[in-house]
Amino acid sequence: MSPLSCQHIMTMDDLMPEDITTILDTAESFKEVNERRIKKLPTLRGRTIINLFLEPSTRTRMSFEIAAKRLSADGVNMTASASATVKGESLRDTAKTLSAMACDLVVVRHKYAGAPQVLAECMDAHVINGGDGMNQHPTQALLDLFTMRQHAGRLEGLTVGIVGDICHSRVAGSLVPALNKMGARPIIIAPPTLLPARPDVLGAEVATSLDAVLPELDIVYMLRIQMERAAGMPFPSLREYARFYGMNEARLAAANPGMLVMHPGPMNRGVEVSSAVADSPRAIVLDQVNAGVAVRMAVMYLLLGGESGGAVA
Amino acid sequence: MDYRTKAVVMDAEAVDRALTRIAHEILEANKGCSEVALVGILTRGAELADRLAERIERIEGVRVPVGKVDISFYRDDVATRLSPEVHRTDIPFDVEGRHIVLADDVLYTGRTIRAAMDAIMDYGRPHSIQLAVLVDRGHRELPIRADFVGKNVPTSRRERVKARFAGVDGADSVEILEEAGAR
Repeated sequence: MSPLSCQHIMTMDDLMPEDITTILDTAESFKEVNERRIKKLPTLRGRTIINLFLEPSTRTRMSFEIAAKRLSADGVNMTASASATVKGESLRDTAKTLSAMACDLVVVRHKYAGAPQVLAECMDAHVINGGDGMNQHPTQALLDLFTMRQHAGRLEGLTVGIVGDICHSRVAGSLVPALNKMGARPIIIAPPTLLPARPDVLGAEVATSLDAVLPELDIVYMLRIQMERAAGMPFPSLREYARFYGMNEARLAAANPGMLVMHPGPMNRGVEVSSAVADSPRAIVLDQVNAGVAVRMAVMYLLLGGESGGAVA
Repeated sequence: MDYRTKAVVMDAEAVDRALTRIAHEILEANKGCSEVALVGILTRGAELADRLAERIERIEGVRVPVGKVDISFYRDDVATRLSPEVHRTDIPFDVEGRHIVLADDVLYTGRTIRAAMDAIMDYGRPHSIQLAVLVDRGHRELPIRADFVGKNVPTSRRERVKARFAGVDGADSVEILEEAGAR
């Protein structure tokens, strides 16, 4: 029996709750490896992992890269500027080319939703979605679940407020279904202009006032305001956004005393999170980054490993 | 596949005597236990390591450090087969310069031991690695032998050897199982 019920991790829909639990449990063991002096395992020796990042990314790409290296896989990076896509090669042809090089796994980041599915159709390798447009970013959701479970000891029954640009966020796109699958209670919190036209299809409760729901939250998850798009942002000013939807010391004091603050990074200090909150022990942003490597090692191991069997070696 | 018990090769008393003897042998071979640490291979090897540490404490009055190692990520067959469950390795001491006694319930092909040695080496350079097993059932596929053996049990490859420990299985015993329907 294969340890996961899927061949690829493209959206959270690919994963059953049992798969998520398997990934998080396996990641616990990889977390221990990442605390060792020698952070290297021979597990995926001789396997080739291609990081196909056709949209700018540093932290996600580095996290996947480190994960591949710690498992002894051969990792190759391909970025938009260095790839044939600038010469006009289609994604299908890129996929077939990579397939012809006999790679075992491709991590893809692309500006268009659905790019991972196109790749998976054209090649034999496993595909992990490293973020596709405004659609999904499943490994981010998995590392977030890992961090929540690490701190809260459980996922079931946790109330998680997700605050920010819900409409354009692939992080929210994966996190909401991930929380629902694990029995947690997601609440999306944003000004109406940053909510999708039909927020009900996301499957989360909706609030437009952060202060109104704050006392109910076990965790508040602050999405990044994309400053590069700030000029076109549908709110009057960053300052006004920070005032109504930013996590600051006053709000932290008004929240339930154990409430934790999460953020997918990179943070805009003073916008969605104040500096004091970002540096407080209640912010577990660096634990999320730390979990990222372990969780990505776990999905690589589980996708590239063989059948799960109990027989003695 | 269903298995049924063919023979009980060690009962609780036999396991008890073997543990006491192995504990004495470890102390004798290492001239005491000042540099000794035990590392059990998860899951039943870890149980064996705990039990041996208890015995050593009873004899010498010293608690030796005990760790546990999960070999899932070091297996030589990851591409074709994954461990059904991965556990967390926990070696809460510096292995550098120590005499590490690796503990496992059943010694068979030796592949698990090879993987465990590689795992331990990733933590540092021990002075030596020794091997203690409750049962050696033969059929080695690598040049590996045990330093401390509870019992040598000749088996056929079709059979399985099941070690049970009070801590995980309720009672101590070693049984040979065969496929139901064989014979």
